[in-house]
Amino acid sequence: MDIRNLTALELGQAIRAKEITVREAVESYFAAIEENDAKYHCYNILCKAEALARADEVQKGIDDGTYTSPLAGVPVGVKDNICTKGVLTTCSSKILENFVPPYDATVIRRMHAAGMVVLGKLNMDEFAMGSTTETSYTGVTHNPWNLDRVPGGSSGGAAAAVAAKLAPVTLGSDTGGSIRQPASFCGVSGLKPTYGAVSRYGLVAYASSLDQIGPLARDAKDCAALFSLIAGKDEKDGTSMVTEKFDFEAATNGDMQGKKIGIPADYLGEGISPEVKAAIEAAAETYRALGAEVEVFPMPIVKYAIPAYYIIACAEACSNLSRYDGIKYGYSSPNADNLTETYIKSRSEGFGMEVKRRIMLGNFVLSSGYYDAYYNKALKAKKLIQQAFFDAFEKYDMLLGPVAPTTALKIGESLSDPLKMYLGDIYTVMINIAGVPSMAIPCGFDSENMPVGLQLIGKPFCEAEILSAAVGFQNATDFHKKSPSAV
Amino acid sequence: MEWEIVMGLEVHTELATKTKIFCGCSTEFGGAPNTHVCEICAGLPGTLPLLNRRVVEFAVRTGLATNCEITRKNKFDRKNYFYPDLPKAYQISQLYLPICRNGYIEVKGENGEMKKIGIHEIHMEEDAGKLVHDAFEDCTLVDYNRCGVPLLEIVSEPDFRSAAEVLDYLEKLRAILQFTGVSDCKMQEGSLRADVNLSVRPKGQAEFGTRTEMKNLNSFRAIERAISYEARRQIELLEDGEQVVQETRRWDDNKGISYAMRSKEDAQDYKYFPEPDLPPIEISEETIAQIRDTMPELPEQKKQRYIAQLGLPEYDTSILTSDKAYVSLFEDTLALCDSPKDVANWIMGEVMKLLNDTATLPENMTLQAKDLAAVIHMVKSGKINRGTGKTVLEKVFTEGVDPEKYVADNNLAQITDLSALRPVIEEVIAANEKSVSEYKSGKTQAMGYIMGQAMRALKGKAPAQEVQKILHELLDS
Repeated sequence: MDIRNLTALELGQAIRAKEITVREAVESYFAAIEENDAKYHCYNILCKAEALARADEVQKGIDDGTYTSPLAGVPVGVKDNICTKGVLTTCSSKILENFVPPYDATVIRRMHAAGMVVLGKLNMDEFAMGSTTETSYTGVTHNPWNLDRVPGGSSGGAAAAVAAKLAPVTLGSDTGGSIRQPASFCGVSGLKPTYGAVSRYGLVAYASSLDQIGPLARDAKDCAALFSLIAGKDEKDGTSMVTEKFDFEAATNGDMQGKKIGIPADYLGEGISPEVKAAIEAAAETYRALGAEVEVFPMPIVKYAIPAYYIIACAEACSNLSRYDGIKYGYSSPNADNLTETYIKSRSEGFGMEVKRRIMLGNFVLSSGYYDAYYNKALKAKKLIQQAFFDAFEKYDMLLGPVAPTTALKIGESLSDPLKMYLGDIYTVMINIAGVPSMAIPCGFDSENMPVGLQLIGKPFCEAEILSAAVGFQNATDFHKKSPSAV
Repeated sequence: MEWEIVMGLEVHTELATKTKIFCGCSTEFGGAPNTHVCEICAGLPGTLPLLNRRVVEFAVRTGLATNCEITRKNKFDRKNYFYPDLPKAYQISQLYLPICRNGYIEVKGENGEMKKIGIHEIHMEEDAGKLVHDAFEDCTLVDYNRCGVPLLEIVSEPDFRSAAEVLDYLEKLRAILQFTGVSDCKMQEGSLRADVNLSVRPKGQAEFGTRTEMKNLNSFRAIERAISYEARRQIELLEDGEQVVQETRRWDDNKGISYAMRSKEDAQDYKYFPEPDLPPIEISEETIAQIRDTMPELPEQKKQRYIAQLGLPEYDTSILTSDKAYVSLFEDTLALCDSPKDVANWIMGEVMKLLNDTATLPENMTLQAKDLAAVIHMVKSGKINRGTGKTVLEKVFTEGVDPEKYVADNNLAQITDLSALRPVIEEVIAANEKSVSEYKSGKTQAMGYIMGQAMRALKGKAPAQEVQKILHELLDS
């Protein structure tokens, strides 16, 4: 049995059936990482010693009945913006190159409590700002389907690790598409939960009102398993919500009979690549064949999504990132002679170009005199976008569309043109603004054999509905079972 | 020209909650640097604030006690600026929807009539840390213990016209905050801080003059001096044909002057925006009613009750209710000895004198009600005389002795066996022949001296009336 070919749930099952030990599972992943990650660069940091020690503890716990979760003993990779006690958490930024949190994020505590084993910290765009993983201070991650292509971003390491089978499941974060777009580019499944469904405690903030942690995996069932484990009210996060108990059976039954699916017309309009459009239309046919009603409807608000998103996200980001001042932790410029210089030089030398661009944008839109013209207007757009989703969900059980207008771009292609990169987020950012859940799953390949992803958008706290729709699709197709030839 | 001073106050008060506003750390004053700190109040990456609901309750109490409207749907905002004492580089505060608005406090106006000082708003926010400048190491260190201690900022309308009004307002506000249990208001520990906005204008002019804001006013005396200095400075400028610059000024209490810190041009853009990490706080009618019902008695209510129920003069009640420490001592002592006027007199007389003599602030007083009650009992019952009572109270106050034990150990109780007096007095008469003969020859004032000698011989423990009676018996016969 090749451990790395198993889904997370299959691996968990085999571990509980004593066919595989936790140590074997963990060792097998480290062996693969050590052999292959040099060419992908999925991981920033490996926790091998801790993971192996933990593997033996967890094994005991499974044997004596302490750990009963379906994911007990399953290794997991974690995006490098989720705090891990005693383990570097850098956000792929020079300014946090030496930051070791003295505490675990709530999601880490919940995974530990279930007996999962953290393999290491995954590469990302610096502070989750970017759609290609190219803004990482530690270097770009290569797409396992084609090493010349980006894996998407910002959770590029988390998506590529799943695609390259360097982790069975991973945790990413999604502020404007950062789980779904790399999942789409790397041909894996990823869930952006409802805002408030998963605690943000310990997630290094990019844009607090938009950030959510979510799972990336080989298939939707694994996403459901990991989501149910990390979700739920957390006393440490005032914005987390009490959710109904997650019904795993309902979330994975895949029944689409009589479901109503809407496709926003503006998701198939100008700018979308014909191959992506064709794959989405084919997916719509698949859903019809499964018994769902699918129709296209107008959603003109889409055109305000990008400006509203970049204003709100950058405004919050400039404030969230002000604490990196070279004084308390992280990079401190050795070239500074006084307090002001320490601030200016540590930040100038510690942040990368894209982060600086967004900090400046954020400061601009919050400045007195511009606040109403930009920030307040963006908040109004947010209300309209939320209303548009509310209206759509009056008619439809869920929405369907592409994740991104194109498949994975070549490395270097978008860095010189940030606006082009921003426009690539057009189908994903609205979901974060509305706070609703959304899932990306593979639905085809383009002529260059790069994966195409579709997006299922659900009602607030109805993760089970879209997960089930994803399972239904995956029961009927095998796009999610394809692997890059080199893997 | 006659000038009018116009002032408004921004008062910051630290709340007496046990824990900080957004985490579980202790708010206790002092403590070794950086010992009351966790990852949340240190603003480490990934941490989130969690609102302490007591802070909201305290803010509502303060609002109700100062006649404010309470905002039903509250939000917090971020005030962004860089400073080493602010680890997140933003302060969580309230700009757009402060919790209380449009209240007032009544103060004594210039002509002795009561005057309403408007309260523009009260908002909740977190305190910053403290910078410690180490001259020997030539560096500045940061202590985050105070970081995240809850504050209320109470912003008045520009309704003050004299320093006396300002001080009366602060006295009233302090009493309200203390009585409601919202703050201990220790100025020297920084738990009550006031900034004064001041401008002057020719009397009768409707428009306001250009104002300055004065900071670092650490005592009522400093406030009074700073107001007088700043008003004079502005008037002199204007009389010399110059302009007042809108600026923030820092008061130096040692030198008795203020100097400019920053002008309006340097004023920072704080880039306020709604705090996304804290959901809106809804305050229901029910919550407000509950807080109103459980509100401790306020100074004004106590005053009225003391007059009506205890029959105390208004003068006494004003003094007793001026500080929570006096009220506690008064009420607790009264519970042990049922004599309001006696208790009031002892507190207003001896206790306040001792506080003054020892430069002790009322809130730091260690005198306990049971000890004061014991002294009052002993005097009332005639066990000791009033003079001895004062001596005993002083010992209790300064050394914490047990009053009854002290009286017993030092043999201070009055002589109750009157037959023991006569022999001592006879000895005194024998030893003071000169005075005795003067008295007998008609110099009645000599009696005072003889009386003094007799009391001295009796170590002050005899009832003076009895001594006098015996002296007259022996000398007048």
